[in-house]
Amino acid sequence: MKRSLEQFNKAFENRIRLQIMSVLVANENYDFNSLKELLEVTDGNLASHLKALEKEEYILVYKTFIGRKPNTQYTVSEKGRSAFIKHLEALENLIKQQKKQ
Amino acid sequence: MEEKDIHSELASIRSLMERSSRFLSLSGLSGVMAGIYALIGAFIGYNIVNEKYGSLTISDSYSDNSLVYHQLLLIASAILLLSVLTCLLLSIRQAKKKGENYWNPVSKRLISSMAIPLFTGGLFIIILLLKAEYNLVASACLIFYGLSLISASQYTFSDVKWLGFCQITLGLLAALIPESGLWFWVFGFGLLHIIYGALMHFKYNR
Repeated sequence: MKRSLEQFNKAFENRIRLQIMSVLVANENYDFNSLKELLEVTDGNLASHLKALEKEEYILVYKTFIGRKPNTQYTVSEKGRSAFIKHLEALENLIKQQKKQ
Repeated sequence: MEEKDIHSELASIRSLMERSSRFLSLSGLSGVMAGIYALIGAFIGYNIVNEKYGSLTISDSYSDNSLVYHQLLLIASAILLLSVLTCLLLSIRQAKKKGENYWNPVSKRLISSMAIPLFTGGLFIIILLLKAEYNLVASACLIFYGLSLISASQYTFSDVKWLGFCQITLGLLAALIPESGLWFWVFGFGLLHIIYGALMHFKYNR
């Protein structure tokens, strides 16, 4: 029980961060505005969580322009993908352990 | 963390992964409508050819009679246009009903993955028409449409893939038996669309 809790990733404690990772793992890339719409969060909120994930090197940021509008694309890094999978495994293990008890 | 919480967390992750990577507002009803348009179009086309030649054989004589040729071309384009419009309108309506934005990264990917085989097929068919190779037109319609469905199925309900395989099979058969090309076309674009659309409607949209 204790070991499995240690596997939980602090970066994913926040629900929105976990949701961002879910979207990026399932897609080649996703842009800021579409993420905002999908997750129904505010600009500032999303930006701060993206920043945190970027700091952990879980996501990569590509800034481009479409005409004059900035268009920021995010993709998941290898490090981020394996951290996400580990986190899911930890969640599943927790369920299994609780069933045994 | 409670077990219930973990379950809901995992469920929300799964739903988000699916919603973000697949366009699930594709309307089954638009499949049924496309099938009906195709049947009506084929019926009108059949009558035009039947009146002129007394029998339905795909032959070079179409090109002799440019009126018939143009009428058939007009009917085919009208069916295509109506089907695409219906599909767009009904899917947009469906997305709005769910409170989703229909113009998102997934719907863009869906459209571009469909467009490449469709445009290639369209150009190929125009080339066939210009070279007066009418035998293979029905077959080419079915094969390229099937390919575009299979490539689109990555970004929407995966069931679409099976409709694609059926269309390709019919297209190959139509190439093998070009005399019956129109019947394969009617079966693929008409009946299969109606069956498939009805199945999808009852499975997902209700």
